[in-house]
Amino acid sequence: MEWETVIGLEVHAQLSTNSKIFSGSSIAYGAEPNTQANLVDLGMPGVLPVLNKKAVEMAIRLGLAIDAQIAPKSIFARKNYFYPDLPKGYQISQYELPVVANGHLDIELEDGGAKRIGITRAHLEEDAGKSLHEDFHGKTGIDLNRAGTPLLEIVSEPDMRSAKEAVAYLKKLHVLVRYLGVCDGNMQEGSFRCDANVSVRRPGQPFGTRAEIKNLNSFKFIERAINYEVGRQIDLLESGGKVVQETRLYDPDRDETRSMRGKEDANDYRYFPDPDLLPVAITAEDIAAVRATLPELPHVRMQRFMDAFGLSHYDAELLTQNREVAGYFEAVASGCNDAKLAANWVIGEVSKALADNGLEIAASPVSSDALVELLKRIQDNTLSNKIARDVFAAMWDGEGSADEVIGRKGLKQITDTSAIEAVIDEIIANNPKQVEEYRSGKDKLFGFFVGQAMKASKGKANPAALNDILKKKLEG
Amino acid sequence: MSISAEEVKKVAHLARLAVPDEQLEGYVRNLSNILKLVGQLQAVDTAGVEPMAHPLDMAQRLREDVVTENNHREQYQAVAPEVENGLYLVPKVIE
Repeated sequence: MEWETVIGLEVHAQLSTNSKIFSGSSIAYGAEPNTQANLVDLGMPGVLPVLNKKAVEMAIRLGLAIDAQIAPKSIFARKNYFYPDLPKGYQISQYELPVVANGHLDIELEDGGAKRIGITRAHLEEDAGKSLHEDFHGKTGIDLNRAGTPLLEIVSEPDMRSAKEAVAYLKKLHVLVRYLGVCDGNMQEGSFRCDANVSVRRPGQPFGTRAEIKNLNSFKFIERAINYEVGRQIDLLESGGKVVQETRLYDPDRDETRSMRGKEDANDYRYFPDPDLLPVAITAEDIAAVRATLPELPHVRMQRFMDAFGLSHYDAELLTQNREVAGYFEAVASGCNDAKLAANWVIGEVSKALADNGLEIAASPVSSDALVELLKRIQDNTLSNKIARDVFAAMWDGEGSADEVIGRKGLKQITDTSAIEAVIDEIIANNPKQVEEYRSGKDKLFGFFVGQAMKASKGKANPAALNDILKKKLEG
Repeated sequence: MSISAEEVKKVAHLARLAVPDEQLEGYVRNLSNILKLVGQLQAVDTAGVEPMAHPLDMAQRLREDVVTENNHREQYQAVAPEVENGLYLVPKVIE
């Protein structure tokens, strides 16, 4: 008999604000320990939290993008537990009345179909500090720079039925938060973290007991951890055992999940409304103001690229993973008036050069305008595609504009047929044996002649003209 | 409504409060009395009444997203029991 997997995901997205959610400390990554932890963050007596306006706007932004309800009145609660990297003894979070409720995200399935994943809620909360368990003479070191960093916890419905669906949902959400500019999505630095609630059941039966897997910081690990956990639960149930509701930690080195013991009573968080914070009022005008600044959403833009530019689903999806890349592509496509050529270059040379140099497109040494100038030289036959790639590399290295590089290096494509004929005549004269073999039916040698001619013209001969002339001449 | 000695112990543990055994009975009695009062309040029909999140009838003021704090680590750490390499040191929390 078959088992059905049931997955719900909780994503913690670190909001891209300048300051903390309840204090004026910086949240810049990588600062010296405890240099961004001040009185409010340290939980000193007598201090009061003051909510960051930008964090609320970002929560609304995400809420609107997932078609959710924005609460006109939202409240903060204290989640109580003791841990040294939580100085106050409670985390300020939201329990009743989160900012965002009842949204959804549509994912694409492998068979090409679509599936709607419900998003129960998204609430604002503060992050905790970091505990360093390396050896400090048997003690634990605490860095509170991260304490008070604004997080948006995005909680899905248990709507996913496989690890692949879970990853599809996460990737979609990952693209969306970056697109909206609410989170940088950096998984290595922990800006986008995921916990997975996993259970199995017989189809049609009520939900099984779930385990919560923590410490999932890459799409690959998320897929593996879920698959491992599903296998573990099925083995357990089929051998007559029971799944225990617990928190499990994924260990990527061993590719397994392990129980985190000793957290049983810690799960009694005794939430209550935080008396230090008044209810947050969000008016229709506030929502309208945020809505007015929403960008075209990635799935809408992808569809437009397919409809307006005739791009394939694959190309359109690649070009809309990132708002800056999509903007760059659109500028190039409208500049050179050939969307397919623009797509090939942005997905090809530009993306490759960016990846090789670890750069974001905003830092590309070749601007969209500069690329348009280069592509125009392909369109007017000044350059072959091959030479254009060399020119691009030179432009990338700061050697000037396309026309400057072409002029300086003498790379202008030879389209003058008499010049090409002269080159070919010489090759035919110098290779009588190959010419004879070709004429007696060895067609494969055509490539040899093309190669020789290209070499002789230093790659500058127009390939189409070269092929035509060569064919005629060889046939005598 | 009343509370058991076990529940008092559990709540005290969660709040990291030491409750000596000889005082346990007193806590059970006092907390049970408070809960009785809460029980009386709960008997009131509140249908249609919006739950109150805060006694002040006001909305939260928001601050602009600006960094206003400087680094005062030296001052804070001067009063910490133990620090090393800029970290606060605490008794080891995992085995």
